[in-house]
Amino acid sequence: MNNGSILPLRLAEVSFAAGGRTLIDRISLEIETGPSTIILGANGAGKSVLMRLMHGLLSPSSGRIEWNAPERPGAPRKQAMVFQRPVMLRRSAYANVAYALKIAGIPEPQRGTLVREALESVGLSHLAHRSARVLSGGEQQRLALARAWALHPEVLFLDEPTASLDPSATREIESVIKAFDAAGTKVVMATHNLGQARRLGDEILFLDQGQLVERAPVAQFFGKPQSVQAAAFIKGELPWT
Amino acid sequence: MSEALNTALALLVGLDSKLVEIVLLSLRVSLSAVAISALLGLPVGAAIAVSRFPGRQTVIVVLNALMGLPPVVVGLLVYLLLSRAGPLGPLGILFTPSAMVIAQSILILPIIAALSRQAIEDAWREYEEQLRSLGAGRMDAALTLLWDTRFSLLTTILAGFGRAAAEVGAVMIVGGNIDGVTRVMTTTIALETSKGDLPLALGLGMILIAIVITVNAAAYLTKELAQRRYG
Amino acid sequence: MDLIRGLLLLAASLAALPVGAQDKFVVVASTTSTEQSGLFGHILPVFQKKTGIQVRVVALGTGQALDLARRGDADVVFVHARSAEEKFLAEGHGVKRFPVMYNDFVLIGPKSDPAKVGGGKDILEALRKIKAAGAPFVSRGDRSGTHIAELDLWKMAGVDIAKEKGPWYRDTGQGMGPALNTAAAMNGYILADRGTWISFRNRGELAIAVQGDKRLFNQYGIMLVNPARHPSVKKELGQAFIDWVVSPEGQRAIAGYKIGGEQLFFPNASQPGA
Repeated sequence: MNNGSILPLRLAEVSFAAGGRTLIDRISLEIETGPSTIILGANGAGKSVLMRLMHGLLSPSSGRIEWNAPERPGAPRKQAMVFQRPVMLRRSAYANVAYALKIAGIPEPQRGTLVREALESVGLSHLAHRSARVLSGGEQQRLALARAWALHPEVLFLDEPTASLDPSATREIESVIKAFDAAGTKVVMATHNLGQARRLGDEILFLDQGQLVERAPVAQFFGKPQSVQAAAFIKGELPWT
Repeated sequence: MSEALNTALALLVGLDSKLVEIVLLSLRVSLSAVAISALLGLPVGAAIAVSRFPGRQTVIVVLNALMGLPPVVVGLLVYLLLSRAGPLGPLGILFTPSAMVIAQSILILPIIAALSRQAIEDAWREYEEQLRSLGAGRMDAALTLLWDTRFSLLTTILAGFGRAAAEVGAVMIVGGNIDGVTRVMTTTIALETSKGDLPLALGLGMILIAIVITVNAAAYLTKELAQRRYG
Repeated sequence: MDLIRGLLLLAASLAALPVGAQDKFVVVASTTSTEQSGLFGHILPVFQKKTGIQVRVVALGTGQALDLARRGDADVVFVHARSAEEKFLAEGHGVKRFPVMYNDFVLIGPKSDPAKVGGGKDILEALRKIKAAGAPFVSRGDRSGTHIAELDLWKMAGVDIAKEKGPWYRDTGQGMGPALNTAAAMNGYILADRGTWISFRNRGELAIAVQGDKRLFNQYGIMLVNPARHPSVKKELGQAFIDWVVSPEGQRAIAGYKIGGEQLFFPNASQPGA
């Protein structure tokens, strides 16, 4: 499908080692448009590393990572990432979102509308001129989502976005993610939270010790897990490595 | 000590014109030097902080070491440069305030570059993933961090000002302590001390300390207020 | 790159601080003791009012002042060490030497006077007594005119001070003021020029021990730095200053400078062989 879409994303025999340890062990997979993909696994399974490899923050030690259409330097990125802890600049919420647009090369006159839309979509319009770093954890994470969303990326990576938030903030974030998913953005999210995976995911990629152990639609994964590790994880019995 | 205080107060209250001239020149020289060093040093510090290149560690070590440049050595080197017998002699700026500004700029440039490098590198550790994720290149990142760490950098710039305002070795040699032309607070204190006029020297010293304290207090307050407002 | 170029330009323009609207000025290398006596503060404004020329005095020790001139960093040299000045001329760095004025040295000592030299009129005898008593003596040790005069006096007294000095002889390498501070702190003897002594406020237990000996007279000479050797020298302005200093008007200004009612410097430009 060569219509300018950056998907599908192909990983071929990708490995990543650091500090003498293999963190990702020969993973091959394809990420396609459509269903939201949850990367599930215990802490230390390699979820964050895999996310960063796919997003391009890390380079694989071996193997290939290929998007359908290559990234053009200078053009706005078509994929964005939200991290577990949001990093905000010392400026207003509005300015933080505008910054992302500025880096992407969107001319100044066009930014205002895009920023307001993005803030609206996460329910932060009333805090637009508050300094971003004094917002609550949940508000900052919503702002991070707005910032990532402002450029209407094709793929949105989320690395355990609610792991540091309380339950009510978590619910707010999840509803925003669901809305983006419904609007057509491909969501790829890492989590170790089974309930969240069930609520938000269409398919599950299960990682254990750097390897892709199982891949299945949500209902099938939770109803009838194929692998020993997945079964143990769901039951909560996966031993710490 | 009380004689020194009385002398200082008398000078201040009387707004002695000679004193005002000396204080204003000191401020002009040191503030100009700080401005130049900041203009050149902040970008250098930021660039080193976000870049990776062979020999980077060595550059950082050398930069940190240069913070300890003895003022009198800097004065000597600049004198040799600006002397009529030296390479920049024809410029004719030896024994003028310009020479003093140049010497002090050289003195505090490493301070500003090294300290800003540290502050920005610390911030880079926090911001790097996010900025790269947004598509920011190294130059964008450096400029963004310079602005984002602006309150820490203010403290750095003040450290530079403090060093410049307090030094006497460099400005004495390249300025010549000429009455009415290149005489600043520190060189006047040195002169009055050597004349045995200790109360006057102490009085001037207190004024100098007061200036440095005021500037630092202002910066501290700015940083506190900013912290509260911007987080 | 334009950003960098712009920054450098801005930096350079900040460095070019305007000094003050002074086009006509000369740099005169002189000594710290002359500067600290306050003479220049008294006579230079008179000269500037008459000619519009600003005289910028860089005050150093005599040796350093002459070295500064040897590098061409001064236009005029105004010091008080005849032998060093003659050497300077012989090397071709100066044009001609004009005598200007003299002041005198005094031997300062503690009121307790351990070497028993107080009130004497013979400086050489006093020095011999100080050495015999091993009383603390502070030397400037900085190649200044005062230091050179002190060394000459030891020689005249028949003492080879380099060989015969003991722990009582303190070679400090300081200017006149700091050396007097040191002498006051240790209650020692010291040779000082009268001008610095009169303005010196930190006297402690010190007072004048010996004065008036002709050998204590301190002659000042002024020279134009040789423009043939150092093309950057401002020869017209420099000569204008020299001409004024030895003129009757300049000599009157010098004589008019008093501290506490006392005249410090005695003009003798017209005295042959000075």
